[in-house]
Amino acid sequence: MLFDYPTLKLIWWLLVGVLLVGFAIMDGHDMGVGTLLPFVGKDDVERRIVINTVGPHWDGNQVWFITGGGAIFAAWPLVYATAFSGFYWAMLAVLWALFFRPVGFDYRSKINNPTWRQTWDWGLFVGGAVPPLIFGVAFGNLFQGVPFHFADNLMPYYTGSFWALLNPFALLCGVVSTAMITFHGAIYLMHRTEGAVQRRTQTAMLVFGSLLLIGFSAAGIWLWQGIDGYAIVSAVDAGALPNPLDKEVIRQPGAWLANYDKAPLTMVLPALAYAGTLAAMLLAVNRATLAAFVASSLAIVGVIGTAGASLFPFVMPSSTDLRSGLTVYDSVSSHLTLNIMLWATLIFMPIIIAYTGWAYKVMAGKVTAAYIRENDHAAY
Amino acid sequence: MLSEELVDLSRLQFAITAMYHFLFVPLTIGMTWILVIMESAYVMTGKTIYKDMTRFWGKLFGINFALGVTTGITMEFQFGTNWAYYSHYVGDIFGAPLAIEGLMAFFLESTFIGLFFFGWDRLSRKQHLLVTILMAVGTNLSALWILIANGWMQNPVGAEFSYVTMRMEMVDFWAVLFNPDAQAKFVHTVSAGYVTGAMFVLSISAFYLLRGRDVEFAKKSFRIAAAFGFASICSVIVLGDESGYTVGEAQQTKLAAMEAMWETEPAPAGFNLIAIPNEAEMKNDFAIEIPWVMGIIGTRSLDQQIPGIKEIREKNRERILSGMEAVVTLEALRKTPNDAALREEFEQHKADLGFGLLLKKYVVDMRDVTPEIIDKAVADTIPRVAPLFWTFRLMVAFGFLMLALFGAALWYSIKGNFADKPWLLRASLWMLPVPWLSCELGWFVAEYGRQPWTIYGVLPTHMSVSTLSVGSLYGSLAGFIGFYTLLLAVEMYLMVRFAKQGPGSLGTGRYDNEYAHA
Repeated sequence: MLFDYPTLKLIWWLLVGVLLVGFAIMDGHDMGVGTLLPFVGKDDVERRIVINTVGPHWDGNQVWFITGGGAIFAAWPLVYATAFSGFYWAMLAVLWALFFRPVGFDYRSKINNPTWRQTWDWGLFVGGAVPPLIFGVAFGNLFQGVPFHFADNLMPYYTGSFWALLNPFALLCGVVSTAMITFHGAIYLMHRTEGAVQRRTQTAMLVFGSLLLIGFSAAGIWLWQGIDGYAIVSAVDAGALPNPLDKEVIRQPGAWLANYDKAPLTMVLPALAYAGTLAAMLLAVNRATLAAFVASSLAIVGVIGTAGASLFPFVMPSSTDLRSGLTVYDSVSSHLTLNIMLWATLIFMPIIIAYTGWAYKVMAGKVTAAYIRENDHAAY
Repeated sequence: MLSEELVDLSRLQFAITAMYHFLFVPLTIGMTWILVIMESAYVMTGKTIYKDMTRFWGKLFGINFALGVTTGITMEFQFGTNWAYYSHYVGDIFGAPLAIEGLMAFFLESTFIGLFFFGWDRLSRKQHLLVTILMAVGTNLSALWILIANGWMQNPVGAEFSYVTMRMEMVDFWAVLFNPDAQAKFVHTVSAGYVTGAMFVLSISAFYLLRGRDVEFAKKSFRIAAAFGFASICSVIVLGDESGYTVGEAQQTKLAAMEAMWETEPAPAGFNLIAIPNEAEMKNDFAIEIPWVMGIIGTRSLDQQIPGIKEIREKNRERILSGMEAVVTLEALRKTPNDAALREEFEQHKADLGFGLLLKKYVVDMRDVTPEIIDKAVADTIPRVAPLFWTFRLMVAFGFLMLALFGAALWYSIKGNFADKPWLLRASLWMLPVPWLSCELGWFVAEYGRQPWTIYGVLPTHMSVSTLSVGSLYGSLAGFIGFYTLLLAVEMYLMVRFAKQGPGSLGTGRYDNEYAHA
């Protein structure tokens, strides 16, 4: 095998991060478009313009989400098992919100009835706005620790309630996440539209960009001053067979910022969040929309990277049985599985990026009212 | 101990959502190749009618595909949400094919389906055909990886239990990949999908012909469906037989149960065409038997025996007793992991650990096991016979019925006079639901027949669930049923509407029923 077990564990932490970021950039922009749909499209033609900017791509983009889930299942089975079952109702809310997307996109314009179409427009709004909100709330709870523990046979038990997840800090993280995705979607939408739709989208872009900057700063200060982090105090054997019960963990004020002291280079991540957002806003206003999309993608790398780097090496700390908290060292698959999955990712990821790029190239250009009229039967 | 109600509700939710998902999957799998065939005809002949066929059948395919995607995400979520211990216990093996499915297949399918629908004016003919082919390849590869995962649940090869991590770990990826169970299942399942696609096109084309509408369009579609359907149903039946054989190697229990074979008969065993199984007395009250057939299907020989239910139960009793030792030593080992003697004893019984875990349905502590509990666990190892016996036979009967229909459809297509045979067209129309029924029955046999295990011989179903409240399960179950009913109503409404309107819905001006885009 190319890498030893401790290295592979770290690589997989990075790869899960890459998949999450890929999901946020790709599926994120069409979710953002869905969130904006009822507000920036004033009549049916305008709404169809908005929908058709992502019409050929939303399905491919959604696979980032599905593959991310599959990769967590394969690489971090304990995280997959504990998080999905513990956050049961939150996960079902995400799932049920996602139900509206495939049918919303495909069925909406097949019937020419205003009520039918408006209903699906709001369905696409729910499918675009709810998942990022809940993922943000979930991240907010990870920082505070999640009430779960393992029995001796490693059966996970979640002891909290759904409503406890909706605490103020978590909701703030939900706002940051939704603002980030909607901002990113607005920039994509500006790139693919013109005229009135583009103008309205620009206003939304400036609002959500500002909200992202304010929310991200507020969450950072809150994390620094008001939230106790977690730290492993026993010796970590990174090469050991994973066993989450075999460590000692304490709760400690300021622990979530300790990594920035230990590895100052990680300060690049929050800096990227600010720089990317500001640059994207500036570029988009000056109609350099493609460059703006790159910048807002970098902002996403910064925001998600900041969350990941702050939590490291934790993935999902436990608030009720501290040693049960899951880390990149003790929630992972076997050496062999991590190795196979690494190869699968290295082989297929470049191919996926290449044909996705081709698909966008084929469909490139502004979506206009004339396009919708000419393709009345075939377009979404 | 997890309550039986929780386990039953978790199973019910999984069964409902999986069977619902599989209403849409086989049509998607089959239609992709039919679209490839139609579009290839367009590229080769340049005739617009073939392009219209690709686009019209593609439209119906899209309506179906949307729900396939919607309900597919549920399946991926559900292992984590409702089967958390399962996900932990076998995620090291089971997660990999699911993730690779995403990387290798689902991205391909989903990216190119966008270009399939929206790329007509932006791609050359050959480029668009390539897109359609890649979409079909992606769809079929997707089925391959899912069935590798499912095949491993039936026949868990290439993995070993680790007492440190308390889970199964992969030791041989190639064994998982080339699991004979998975390979036979893959071809059987995708062929069933091809049959479903063929029946869909055949039936709706027959409907147009019966109405005397869009005749040229319907005739061309009918012919393609007849030929493709006939080849596919032959493959389903032959590969179904191949599954019967591999089941015979890895899962004799399922075979014995679906054949209601209580006793081990002298080789080659007979096949019970019809029987009335009596579970209480472990015998058949009545049976019509065809000699030799079962032995030949199950063992590919005339001299090997197939074990009957009673013999399997006695073998399982021994494995449960040994498994009990495995559980006891494992629990001690978790407390003193460095005890060499314990480790050695555990290694001796490790292969039967799963059978020991069957007792956990009744007791927490192995010291509380009584002979009655062992009897119960032994009885649990055999799935209920009557449901398997009948669903299997119904599936097979449907298979041969479709063989007859596609045979006739192909025969009269070659002779060229199928459009003048109203009985054939009517039979084609009426048999529309048959492939869906067969697919669902087939999955029922495969998964119900695996009980009481999620992973055969490794992890019992009752230990696999998430530790949720029963109330949560009732809530989510109600949610799924509500959403799925609504979605099905919407989907059926659109499907029937566009199928009825026919190719006129393309708005090309070349077909009947060209009313305005309403």
